[in-house]
Amino acid sequence: MTTEEPKVQRTEHADAQTLVEAQHLKVYFPVTAGLFQRRVGEVRAVDDITFEIRKGETLGLVGESGCGKSTTGRALIRLREATGGTVKFDGVDLTSVSRNDLRKMRRRMQIIFQDPYSSLNPRMTVGSIISEPIETHDLAKGAAKQERVKELLALVGLNPNYTNRYPHEFSGGQRQRIGVARALAVEPEFIVCDEPISALDVSIQAQVLNLLVELRKQFGLTYLFIAHDLSVVRHISDRVGVMYLGKLVELGPPLAIYDTPAHPYTRALLSAVPIPDPKAERRRKRVILTGDVPSPANPPSGCRFHTRCWLYEQLGRPENCRTDDPELRTVGDDHRAACHYSEETLKSDVGVAHLSADQPTRMAIPEVVADPNASGGSAQGEPA
Amino acid sequence: MTVSDDPGQTSGSPAVSELPEGFQVATEEGRLLAERLADSGRHARKLLEVKNLSTRFYTADGEVHAVDDVSFELDYGETLGIVGESGCGKSVTALSLTRLVPDPPGKIVSGEIIFDGVNVMKLSKNEMRLLRGKRIGFIFQDPMTSLNPTLTVGYQIAESARIHLGMTRKEADDRAAELLGKVGIPRARDRMRDYPHQFSGGMRQRVMIAIALACDPMLLLADEPTTALDVTIQAQILELIRSLSDEFGTAVILITHDLGIAAGMCNRVNVMYAGRIVETGKVDDLFEHPRMPYAWGLLDSLPRLDEQRGERLRTIEGLPPDLIDPGPECRFAPRCGYARDVCREREPELSDRAEEGHLARCFGTEPGGWIK
Repeated sequence: MTTEEPKVQRTEHADAQTLVEAQHLKVYFPVTAGLFQRRVGEVRAVDDITFEIRKGETLGLVGESGCGKSTTGRALIRLREATGGTVKFDGVDLTSVSRNDLRKMRRRMQIIFQDPYSSLNPRMTVGSIISEPIETHDLAKGAAKQERVKELLALVGLNPNYTNRYPHEFSGGQRQRIGVARALAVEPEFIVCDEPISALDVSIQAQVLNLLVELRKQFGLTYLFIAHDLSVVRHISDRVGVMYLGKLVELGPPLAIYDTPAHPYTRALLSAVPIPDPKAERRRKRVILTGDVPSPANPPSGCRFHTRCWLYEQLGRPENCRTDDPELRTVGDDHRAACHYSEETLKSDVGVAHLSADQPTRMAIPEVVADPNASGGSAQGEPA
Repeated sequence: MTVSDDPGQTSGSPAVSELPEGFQVATEEGRLLAERLADSGRHARKLLEVKNLSTRFYTADGEVHAVDDVSFELDYGETLGIVGESGCGKSVTALSLTRLVPDPPGKIVSGEIIFDGVNVMKLSKNEMRLLRGKRIGFIFQDPMTSLNPTLTVGYQIAESARIHLGMTRKEADDRAAELLGKVGIPRARDRMRDYPHQFSGGMRQRVMIAIALACDPMLLLADEPTTALDVTIQAQILELIRSLSDEFGTAVILITHDLGIAAGMCNRVNVMYAGRIVETGKVDDLFEHPRMPYAWGLLDSLPRLDEQRGERLRTIEGLPPDLIDPGPECRFAPRCGYARDVCREREPELSDRAEEGHLARCFGTEPGGWIK
């Protein structure tokens, strides 16, 4: 095969704007026991989820640890094999393409990992880390390759002359920039950002977040942005998906998810997020979920959230919550939720009460007034 | 209940019944401590007074000024937040308060710590242990590494009740079961026999809190108590700390990098940067009118749950400074957009601002300064 495009029959997809499409995606991990690794059960990390990512959008995926958000991200670019269901990338079914074709497809999709300490090889220079994908995909050679590496470093806000340095010489934020440069090296269309700023300090998080937003604009990138920080996800996303125990429980634009959430879990999650405003904190109506997330090896019957659901209790424990697994259904404009009682949820003010009270009070940042006696030279620190 | 500012004035015999068997008072301050332990009233002006505390670490690269001339006070029953980014000295401050800084390489080089009227720096090792055991409870970030994996949680809770309260095994077990129930662990009696690995992260942190509260301390030191936990579990643990501190009147020092947690939990907040307290004040004053560019820079760089998507977050450019031999300038000056020549020449003092108890370390926001 000599062509760039894999010779796979493109299927017609419903929406021409869809870039990635997961249908009934399942990823199960076997639980084994004993000497012969007998299979005794399975962990349903991702259990039958269906959603799409549109071209040029940022889809935020939130949920608590173990809910399957990272596994979903990996399955979308086939870093994890799906147990069931399909993933289509630009109309091509990734779950059935050959290894060879997959490698070619991979050029169009990349991933940025959470931990900037363990995701960069400590024995490789920054130059070789970034040029590796360029070589793998045969994109540039010799001087052109070196030039490209420098260009990428500059693009992510690092000094282009740092190519011979090693990862340990950089701070956490700078390492994450190296990870971004490596992902961009092959000019991808789609990037899975798996908790890209969780390991960074607050003042550094904003720097990396801004970088991701700028690059998205500059290259028309599509992101799957996986994070547990709901404030960050609201800031960066065009649409937000909420996962609980391997299921996608709600999906919609940020305004719908954050202001009129239709799933009780989303409301509980929102009400648990601290807001850096003492007055808003005092005003909020919290639901404190009791207990822990159940094991995905043995999920509850019916709706998986019913064992911790405040609405289930409030409604007098309706039977269908225990017996029927709710489908993701449309509850508003581009807004879907998987709850039998979404209409009831929407009527509640739980979790969002602080929003309606009044607008957030951010202080007005004082203006920088030039020093009349300035001795020249900028006071700004050098950009990281 | 006596209120006394001068520890030297008090005299009389310590209530021996409160002390562990065989405990010998070795110092004058130890005698005072023993007396105080016999009576849990308010004894001093403040529960905790920290004056000019400096802690350094002696490393191969040089002397790291981890905590530099830090002073603050804590009232009985008050919740104080210490916020800042990694390396700002917030955890070392907490370790210094209880003299738990690993030595070597660390050392408290100067300062005074007065806890409930007792000069902590003058206590002997044994007396220090008594103070920690009976008066100060600890909750650390990672409950898995702070619990002993080879002992049952019941044993670990009862242990401190036996040692510090002189309870019999039976009494201590009852106390442990009661505490486990109090921190919200279902079937507390049965779960006493379980080991830490049999608990989830949130449950382990509850066990830590039960241990911390076993001796009914006056101060709870919580160092990033929820950082390793999920947000819904974090809310449970914070709620638990809040209600227990209300119930027992326990003062809390809450160390966190999360400004949202500080906003929701604390009465007052210290903001630390590069080993220094750069701003302190009542929580409302500090979040509404921060008077130090680092403090508002930090607040402004946070995306907020209750805000619609903005285009670009304001950032604080650059990195915190190296704490080996810091220069004479304001430590934030290299990253500060408002800095002027004076900021690069010397460091401002922590000085009063408009609201009571609100102090900031910034020339620009001092009266007559150039930042309005």
